[in-house]
Formats: sequence, structure tokens, C-alpha cells
Amino acid sequence: MASENMESLVNRRYEHGFVTDIETETFPPGLDEGVVRAISARKNEPKFMLEWRLQAYRQWLEMREPTWAHVHYPQIKFNEISYFAAPKSDDDRPKSLDEVDPKLLETYEKLGIPLHERARLAGVAVDAVFDSVSVATTFKEKLYEAGVIFCPFSEAVREHPELIKKYLGSVVPRRDNFYAALNSAVFSDGSFVYIPKGVRCPMELSTYFRINAANTGQFERTLIIADEGSHVSYLEGCTAPMRDENQLHAAVVELVALEDAEIKYSTVQNWYPGDENGVGGIYNFVTKRGDCRGANSKISWTQVETGSAITWKYPSCILRGANSVGEFYSVAVVNNMQQADTGTKMIHIGPNTRSTIVSKGISAGKAQNVYRGLVRIMPQAHGARNHTQCDSLLIGSECGAHTFPYMEIKNPSAKVEHEATTSKISADQLFYCRQRGLSEEDAVNMIVNGFCKEVFKELPMEFAVEAQALLNVSLEGAVG
Amino acid sequence: MLEIKNLKTRIGDTEILRGLTLSVQAGEVHAIMGPNGSGKSTLALVIAGHDDYVVTDGTVTYNGKNLLDLEPEERAREGVFLGFQYPVEIPGVNNAYLLKAAVNAKRRHNGQGEVDAFEFLKLAREKMAALGMDPKLLNRGINEGFSGGEKKRNEVLQMTMLEPSLAILDETDSGLDIDALKAVAKGINTLRSPDRAIVLITHYQRLLDYVQPDFVHVLSEGRIVRSGDKSLALELEDKGYDWVREAASA
Ligand SMILES: Nc1ncnc2c1ncn2[C@@H]1O[C@H](COP(=O)(O)OP(=O)(O)OP(=O)(O)O)[C@@H](O)[C@H]1O
Ligand SMILES: [Mg+2]
Repeated sequence: MASENMESLVNRRYEHGFVTDIETETFPPGLDEGVVRAISARKNEPKFMLEWRLQAYRQWLEMREPTWAHVHYPQIKFNEISYFAAPKSDDDRPKSLDEVDPKLLETYEKLGIPLHERARLAGVAVDAVFDSVSVATTFKEKLYEAGVIFCPFSEAVREHPELIKKYLGSVVPRRDNFYAALNSAVFSDGSFVYIPKGVRCPMELSTYFRINAANTGQFERTLIIADEGSHVSYLEGCTAPMRDENQLHAAVVELVALEDAEIKYSTVQNWYPGDENGVGGIYNFVTKRGDCRGANSKISWTQVETGSAITWKYPSCILRGANSVGEFYSVAVVNNMQQADTGTKMIHIGPNTRSTIVSKGISAGKAQNVYRGLVRIMPQAHGARNHTQCDSLLIGSECGAHTFPYMEIKNPSAKVEHEATTSKISADQLFYCRQRGLSEEDAVNMIVNGFCKEVFKELPMEFAVEAQALLNVSLEGAVG
Repeated sequence: MLEIKNLKTRIGDTEILRGLTLSVQAGEVHAIMGPNGSGKSTLALVIAGHDDYVVTDGTVTYNGKNLLDLEPEERAREGVFLGFQYPVEIPGVNNAYLLKAAVNAKRRHNGQGEVDAFEFLKLAREKMAALGMDPKLLNRGINEGFSGGEKKRNEVLQMTMLEPSLAILDETDSGLDIDALKAVAKGINTLRSPDRAIVLITHYQRLLDYVQPDFVHVLSEGRIVRSGDKSLALELEDKGYDWVREAASA
């Protein structure tokens, strides 16, 4: 990046009387314009990006935290959070698996995570992980040949500013909501994907991504653009338990599918949920939205949510292009003191747009699980169709499940169907299975996996198996 | 194989089994009959380990072990099978999946490896055909929307796959049509062997026409009030339970 650009940033920083040293690893707590400038400078961002962040910051100042969600938590003190932390250096990391918490390794084992991936997931210093580095390099070459751009968000800002200017904030505007505005001002890093016209991405971006899963920080920003006739499948997160010192996570994910393009976005979220009393768990406030901008495009969200103390998340589709298709498949598991308020929005704008929603909520312990879904059919969406199926499964008698379906239908030719069920794992069911020789835990797992199979079958194969194992681990000790 | 001595159990405040004694040896088939509410299902569920029932007195030994010390799944793996009077529905869970999990649980317990998926399916289909079951039932939810007779046949299918040492069938014959009854009886008869015991809880002679019991017991108000050979069942059919009750209290 040009040095005068950098200089002007630094100068302006001082203009505003800001004194944070951008070389430090972690910024002191608090948020003002100076912090926003320092983040941008730290990342060597071009001017347009800084301006964009600053506008977001100013908009954020005028916004209020939303309170409509069915979740309870102590007030977040935004001025006590540090908004930038550089990734840990190799010196601070374990040198080999021998230095990693054996409990963590035990969980990897239970989840069936391949041996060569465990080291990196556990944060072992990179140069100690030979296998995956070479695998990653091979992936990188393959993607390059196909013309696919897949890089850290901050790299895209510098290397592909035209694409960023054109698409960033075009799906989730800065002022969309309180957390999206905050993210827009201070986002740390994330992923950028561009699939050129007519290209079918040669691999699941999952495999690649997982191997490279570094600390993306608490304000992640993801932008995926599938150009005309292209196709991509992306997997975010991983089944391995993720701990983080940062309690608040507010990510933004934007997907753009142009004509005839298809994006399949799968998430496995397993942030630390806190202990049985909910202490120390992550607050996960995410804005995810896909824009089916072109005709015949398709965006499909699949998520398996088992972690976090609080999850606030509604991956949505804007079905703008004629005949475009939106899908949402979700499994949300809450145990102990976890709270989840999650669901989706399907906004039908184009004619003959179709959407499918399959939501499976599982509650155990004292946890609360909320499904909140909006299906909106705009006046011009002739022939639009939606099918929603929303099932809740309760384990024990102290947990709760709540369903809030909203429907706004402004076109009489639309067809919207909603089905909802609530069931409970009964003592009789467990006894029946035990009489056939299954342990109580295996019986619960079997019933839960049966309940979720419609969603699991949407996940990439290797993750479906892990996700199933993850659910079992999450519900350990839920009965008995 | 199974020795029950002076068994007393209650559920809540109600005493249901009130000093029941019964001895079942390997190779034998026993029929237990008795009026509604006399405690037949209770006996079956206590043997299987249902924890709603509290054992207040007496002993139950199975192959020399104190059965009451074992968890329900341990009893099952040790070869105790209960065909339920009211099999529960578990929607969403593949019927074949449970069947296979059950077979494997037992195999692991016996130090054997997991069953080969192909062999398993082949065997399950054969057994289903013998029971006159629609093969599609294998891929439906466990008992989900099964007709009464289909549920009962599914219990027998599980039994024939698991090859238990002690099989207790609680009114497995109720609700079966004539052909199904014959098929189920055949399934039970193929299990008959010198190292296995079968206990049939039933209200009707017609099952016993096909599966000839070595012993017939009458359970009334929580106790076995009369035992005999297969002719007792015929006598009951003729005279009803009042006759036994009167004889017992006389
Ligand atoms: N949960 C319960 N609470 C109270 N009473 C119960 C409970 N379960 C069973 N009982 C009672 O115990 C008695 C014995 O019931 P059980 O089911 O063993 O009878 P049964 O001999 O199998 O009858 P049937 O021929 O009708 O199947 C009945 O009077 C029944 O009402
Ligand atoms: Mg009964």
C-alpha cells in the first residue's frame, strides 16, 4: 500500500487526538473514531474502506441494541471491549499436541476429526503442522487454475477493491441492524470468495477452509459472490469446540448469487457455551443474508448450531431474481443454560420464487430454544411458494421451545404452508430402547439423530458424520 | 434359568405383585394367563427392569445372577427380551436402525464384532418374509403409524433377530389376524430350544394351540394362584377365572 496513504491515515488519527499505538497486539478497551481509524491503518486499508467503516461507526452511534429476541443476558458494555487483537504469535502457541489440553484432544477423538487436522485446530504453531500446509498449497493451486478468488477479507480489500466496492454492504447495509453496523465499523477479518462466470468451484471450500481456520476474531466479515452460472459450496466453522477470550461475536456474512448461480453455505457452530451455569459462554449475534440477485439463482443455508451461550442468528434469503430458490435447513441444540433465538427470513420479490424452511430445535437441561421465521411475499412475487416445517424436540422437563412464525403475504397467488410439531423424548421410548440393549445415552442420540436427519443430509458428507457426533457430545448427560 | 421368589412390587402406593413365585427352566415354554389388571404386564416389566416399579420384597435370579441389580440394557444384553403389550412409537428413527443397534449391542456384549450390514439386511428381510411383514416397514419410523398387528409382528421380528435366552411375550397374540397368528406362532416355535425359555402372556387358547406350553399359570391379584399343564388353559377357557379364584380362596 502506498506510503502517503498510510501517512495520511496516521495523521488524521492524531487530528482526532487518538493515541493508541497501532503496533500493539491488542487495543485498549473502548470504541471511538480513533479506534476505527487505527484498525483500518493496522490493516493497510485503502481510503474507501476507512470511509466506509467511519460511516458505519457514525450510524452505529445512533442505533440501539435490539431487545425483541427471546434471550436474556447482562447488558453488554461496549466500551469495555477491546476491538482489535492481532492473532497469537507462534511463540504463544503449543509446540506440539503433547502440550494441548488432553480433554480437548479427547473431544476431537469423539468427533472423529482426522488426526492431521487436530494439531492445527488445537492451535499448534503452524510450522509444526506439516501435512495440512502442503494440502492447503495444493488446494490453493487448484482454485487458482479455476480462477476462483478465495482469500482473507483484508487481502481482498487490498487486491480486489473493485469487487469489494461493488458488493460490500450490498446485501447487508451498514445500518441494517445494531450488530451489523458495529461489525461494519470494526470488522477484524474473514473470508472473501469470488467464483467467476460459469465456473463450478472444483472443491468444497470447507476442506480448504478448515485447514486454514485461523483466529478470525470476534467481528468476522464474509462476502461470497457467485457470478452468472457458477456454483460454490462453502463450509464455515468446524465441529471442534472453539474457545475464545472474546465474549461478544458479531459476524456479518453476505452472499450474492447472480443469474443461474448457486451458493450452498453450511455452518457448524460450536463456540464455547459456558459452564452448566452459563458462565463464560460466547454471545453470538450474527447477520447472515443471501441475495438471489439473478434469475434462477439459488442460495441454500444449512446450519448446525450447538455452541454459544446466546445465539441470535437469522440466515435469510432475498429472492429477487425470477424463479430463484432459497433454502434454510437448521439444527439448533441448546443444553444447560444456553439460549438460542434463531430462524430465517425468506423475502419473495421475484415471480415464481420458491423457498423451503426446515428447522429442528432441540432443547435439554434448562435451555431455551426459539425459532423465529419470516416469510414475506411481495406484491410482484406472482406464483411464489414457501414450505416451512418447524419441529421441536424436548429432553427433560425444564427446557423450553418457542416458535414465532411471521407471514406477510401481499400476493394472492402465493402458496405458503407451515407445519410445526413439538415432541418430547419420553421415558417409555427410552425404556423401549434400553430393553433392546441400547444405553440411555445411545438411545437419546439415536432419537436426536433421527429427528435431525433431514438437515444432516444437506451437509457435505464428511461433515454430516461429524455433526452427528457433535450433537451426541453436546447432549452428553442430558438425561438421567 | 429364572427364579422368582415371593416377589412384591408397588407402583406409587399401590401394591401390585403380592408375593409371586415362579420358576422357569431352560427349554421350557410357560403360559401366564389371568384377568385384566391382575399384574401380568407388571411382572414382565419388572423382569425387564422398568424403574416405575419398586421391588419391596422377594428375589429374582437369572442364570444365577441377581437380575434386580442389572440395568435394563444389561439385562437385554444378557438375553432377556420383552415383547411389549403396547410397543411405543419412535417417529423419525429408522426401524432397521434400532434393530441393528440392538443386534450390535448384544454382539459387543458377547465380545463379537459388529454385524455385517449386508448380512444383517438379508437376514432381516428373510425373517420379515417369514412373519408376513411388508419389507417397507424396515425403513419406516419405529412403530410409527404401524397397525396393531404390524407392531406385534415387529416385536417378534426383533425377538427372532436377537435370539434371546429368555423371551417374554406380553399379549403378542392380541390383535393379530389368523394368518399373522400362525406366522407369529411359527416364529416363536423356531426359537424353541433346550437352552432357551419362553414365557407367553396371553388371554387366549388359540395361541397355545400353535405354541404348546409345558406349563400354564394363572395370575390373580398379584400372585400365581394355580399352575398346571396345557390342559389348564383349556379348562380356563371353559370355566373362566371365577372358578380359579374360588378354588384359590377355598
Ligand atoms: N402407573 C400406574 N399407576 C397406578 N396403577 C398402575 C400403574 N400401572 C399399572 N397399574 C395397575 O396395576 C395393575 C396391574 O396392571 P397390569 O398392567 O400388570 O395388568 P395385566 O395383568 O397386564 O392386565 P391386562 O390383561 O389388562 O393387560 C392394574 O390394576 C393397573 O391399573
Ligand atoms: Mg397387560
